[in-house]
Amino acid sequence: MTDAPAPPPVAEDTVVRFLRGTRLQHDRVRDQWVIQAPERAFIADPIAAEILRLVDGTRPVAAIIDILAQRFAAPRPVIAHDVLEMIASLAQRQVLTA
Amino acid sequence: MTHIPVPPPMSLLAELTHRCPLQCPYCSNPLALDGREHELTTDDWLRVLEQAAELGVLQVHFSGGEPMARRDLPDLVRRAAALGLYTNLITSGVLLTEATLAQLAEAGLDHVQLSFQDVDTAPAETMGGMPGAQEKKLAAARLIVAEGMPLTTNFVIHRGNVGRIGRMLDLAVSLGARRAEIAHTQYYGWGLVNRAALMPSRAQLEEATRAVEDARTRLAGTLAIDYVTPDYYADQPKPCMGGWGRRFVNISPTGHVLPCHAAETIKSVPIPDIRTDSLAAIWADAPLFRLFRGTDWMPEPCRGCDLREQDWGGCRCQALALLGDAAATDPVCTRSPDHARISRILADLPETPPPLVYRRYGNAPG
Ligand code: SF4
Ligand code: SF4
Repeated sequence: MTDAPAPPPVAEDTVVRFLRGTRLQHDRVRDQWVIQAPERAFIADPIAAEILRLVDGTRPVAAIIDILAQRFAAPRPVIAHDVLEMIASLAQRQVLTA
Repeated sequence: MTHIPVPPPMSLLAELTHRCPLQCPYCSNPLALDGREHELTTDDWLRVLEQAAELGVLQVHFSGGEPMARRDLPDLVRRAAALGLYTNLITSGVLLTEATLAQLAEAGLDHVQLSFQDVDTAPAETMGGMPGAQEKKLAAARLIVAEGMPLTTNFVIHRGNVGRIGRMLDLAVSLGARRAEIAHTQYYGWGLVNRAALMPSRAQLEEATRAVEDARTRLAGTLAIDYVTPDYYADQPKPCMGGWGRRFVNISPTGHVLPCHAAETIKSVPIPDIRTDSLAAIWADAPLFRLFRGTDWMPEPCRGCDLREQDWGGCRCQALALLGDAAATDPVCTRSPDHARISRILADLPETPPPLVYRRYGNAPG
């Protein structure tokens, strides 16, 4: 992924969903969240897991930001920045799609 | 002996059968192909899948031979999916029809990796040894994409097709694949038998690498490209299977449980059998798995090398095949005392490739 260009930005009103063939899954044995994708499974860090658990194919990104800002009692702009960045990078890695 | 718990495997390679309508001379299957009469039963495989999920396997790759030659494939996929395993089908596509694909999709298949021998029909079918295969593969790709299933196309590279990589990747895009694998032949099994006929020159390898890099720029955002190089030209070996008994477990058609698909060539310890032992017990305790796990087994120069936990000393089966000693440093490593063997093999590659030895029951030399 070294030569990949910076991911295109995602708008807050976008509804994202998992691409077919990718999903978030709890790995019972290792007690961690993993992203299952074609021919590779990678560990979802805790932030990615929080975000991905809210991706249901109907919620716009803005709603995900609102929920997390409330849950972590953090300023919305800070959460928005992290969420938008993470979603853009997961879209570029063919995990999520708009 | 102290018992440090062994981390569980991530992936199961389920080689359901060695039967295949194609006869690729680079096939990574062993020279001694298992016959249908010795294959595991459906119940055996269902039990394997349960044990794998329980142990901590996350992904199961149904492979072969041609896994679609087994009629119970949809049942195995259904059970794997129900167990939460990610299901991947590695197929030549020649047996795939709209009806069989629909069955697999309904059973919960997550992804298909479809192999092509080439982009052009004539050289593709010379390599695969099956007339009419290319059209069937193209049709299979279209069905998979139309179904909405994610598709990875796989192309195996050798001296005869190395100039067509750019066009292979264009084909992948035009078919609607999300990923493509450009994998140089790995020189085990039939690939080793056919090494002189398949190995590219260094100049060809460089050309191939440039073609992949160009395509990565040209197709960024459209196609993800995995590139596997032939390690004979590398300075350091590949971390074969991500390290012996660390991430992968391979089960052969007859139920042999192996750290890699070539490990049946190692004769110094018994080959564990899933019909007589559980996967968990084999993974943790079978001598074959313990033999080269970690770094304790390593000879010099690996033992003192700071890269030993990066490449795990390379491939054991390659060390065995080329040096007669599975516990030697992989000779493709420039630090190996036997590296001159590799240089000699490369220097001695013939100008004109020898005839191909096709992968067929009873066709192995010797
Ligand atoms: S490499 Fe060719 S012969 Fe071997 S299993 Fe695959 S399609 Fe069949
Ligand atoms: S000496 Fe061994 S560990 Fe070091 S690079 Fe070579 S194969 Fe790898």
